[in-house]
Amino acid sequence: MKITVNNKETEFDGTSVSDLAAQLQLPEKGVAVAVNNEMIPRSEWSATPLAENANVVIIKAACGG
Amino acid sequence: MEKLVIAGKEFGSRLFLGSGKFSSNQVMEEAIKASGTEMVTLAMKRIELDDKEDDMLKHIAHPNIQLLPNTSGVRDADEAVFAAQMAREAFGTNWLKLEIHPDPRYLLPDSVETLKATEKLVKLGFVVLPYCQADPVLCRQLEEAGAATVMPLAAPIGTNKGLETKEFIRIIIEQAGVPVVVDAGIGAPSHAAEAMEMGASACLVNTAISVAGNPVEMAKAFKLAVEAGRMAYESGLGAVTSGNLVASASSPLTAFLND
Repeated sequence: MKITVNNKETEFDGTSVSDLAAQLQLPEKGVAVAVNNEMIPRSEWSATPLAENANVVIIKAACGG
Repeated sequence: MEKLVIAGKEFGSRLFLGSGKFSSNQVMEEAIKASGTEMVTLAMKRIELDDKEDDMLKHIAHPNIQLLPNTSGVRDADEAVFAAQMAREAFGTNWLKLEIHPDPRYLLPDSVETLKATEKLVKLGFVVLPYCQADPVLCRQLEEAGAATVMPLAAPIGTNKGLETKEFIRIIIEQAGVPVVVDAGIGAPSHAAEAMEMGASACLVNTAISVAGNPVEMAKAFKLAVEAGRMAYESGLGAVTSGNLVASASSPLTAFLND
């Protein structure tokens, strides 16, 4: 199915946020994930399903003042 | 030097560093070390799906350093709350530099949204350090809303103009019951020293260090300036003479030469 990850249409063949994290090889630390504008704690990734057209935002650290 | 205490946590250094605009992560890391800082700000960005870049986080994460994620890029209080939750999850800290600036040209903080966001974030358990206008009334309101510090700007971000808002910062310091951190616009160690001599609790410096010819040496210069300014404040500065300019001798004027 197709979902949107950081505004980019992405083919996704899993079911949960955990599956997406595995597919994208997200690091163990330093990232946060939101689905449809709601932050999902890492502890809830495996229990959070991703539906067709889900809007996923993934952030990490950047330099800034 | 007295320790700085924010939200019950002690800091040995009164210089906070921003991590923006360094030429490389290595230079940033060396400058952070040289500055002796114990608080470093960082921002957030969306990851690239084929991301291979050097992770900046590993260059600033250190047991002695409190990470201070900022909310740069948000335009109102609701976006700030979302950004704060993302930052807490990603970086494992509930400390937050709240900055809401809807206008990218001058990056001036939105006072109304900043106050609203502070109220919400304090209730959600965040330690909120709001970047704000040098407005003494607003700073009191932020403090009443539970802000851990107030961080009035000295001048517009990145301008290096120094304490353009000096008289307002003086009033803020006089009134504040929380630490006053002078943020934005500090362009030279002398500006930082001046703020500290006035009784500011700390200074947040970024551009002046990161774009210096030698950022590592400049970081040291700011470290010394902040320490000197604080030491002078704690030692009690002599009063400035008012009225007509009449010299007051520091040496005895007793004549020892015969006429």
